[in-house]
Amino acid sequence: MHPTAEKIQQKFPEAFVSWKEWRGDLAVSIKKTAVVPVCRYVHDDPEMDFDYIVHISSVDYPDDEERFEVVYEFYSIRRRQRIRIKARVAEEGAAIDSVTGIWKGAEYMEREVFDMMGIVFNNHPDPRRILMPDEYDEGWPLRKDFPLAGKGWRDTFEFITEGTHRKTT
Amino acid sequence: MGLGTLSGEGGLVTTTLEQAVNWARKGSLWPMTFGLACCAIEMMAAVSSRYDMDRYGAGVFRASPRQSDLMIVAGTVCRRMAPVIRKIYDQMPEPKYVIAMGSCATSGNIYNSYAVVQGVDRFVPVDIYVPGCPPTPEALFDGILKLQQKIMGQKVFIKSPILGATKI
Repeated sequence: MHPTAEKIQQKFPEAFVSWKEWRGDLAVSIKKTAVVPVCRYVHDDPEMDFDYIVHISSVDYPDDEERFEVVYEFYSIRRRQRIRIKARVAEEGAAIDSVTGIWKGAEYMEREVFDMMGIVFNNHPDPRRILMPDEYDEGWPLRKDFPLAGKGWRDTFEFITEGTHRKTT
Repeated sequence: MGLGTLSGEGGLVTTTLEQAVNWARKGSLWPMTFGLACCAIEMMAAVSSRYDMDRYGAGVFRASPRQSDLMIVAGTVCRRMAPVIRKIYDQMPEPKYVIAMGSCATSGNIYNSYAVVQGVDRFVPVDIYVPGCPPTPEALFDGILKLQQKIMGQKVFIKSPILGATKI
């Protein structure tokens, strides 16, 4: 077993779900309720020291019972090591705790996951959409059941008023 | 321009006022920089020394719509950018022209996505479409020359009709 994964398992035996290493990349799956304690541990513990947050993303598995998976990628600048932490989130009331209290840089990343996949981050300081407009109401574009071309927003131009469309020919 | 009679040492050219106005307009197009994606790189190459768009009188790119009469929409038009493009188009003084540069500005290209407008002509009138992904500077020049041809055929002293907004 990977030593880093082993330490996480020993520290959080109830939250630990599984681990996997592929081509030198370590991924640890945990329960979503423990995401803040686990992240606090890998950030603060001197043996872990994952001080840099690389990215937060999300994956949609439409057929799974717990449909979404939030993926955190951290990097230790001092130890030159990466870790990927995964947590499953169910579709019903999709929500997970925010890690902005640990990494300030997580703020925009969590907003992007919320914007694209509709997963709510509890205790987020600014829980708005980030890429789509605030008034966008077609849903969550990166979900697998979202139509590729959207639901008509891209072809609606409410800013064109009658009589202003002047042709110069 | 109709070359009329040449007489004497100074020379004399006869033409119509309409042609003279159009000739002046076509030779002094002031484009507005509207680079949205990779097409803008080709647009920049077209202006710089190797291709030298100044030869067609269209080399002075402005950053302000108030000083421009040609908008070259170069790149993928996202729906969130659409009101900005329309506002800038409305701010340009008449007469004004629009070139849709590249496949994205023309039709959305391969980006059949919820966020990408399927052609800038959905919300501004386009005069010239330049195909390519991205078009070469030569292709853009072809578009500019076609636009100059179009300008030469315009009726200057007849008011152009105001059309209703095209809502799709």
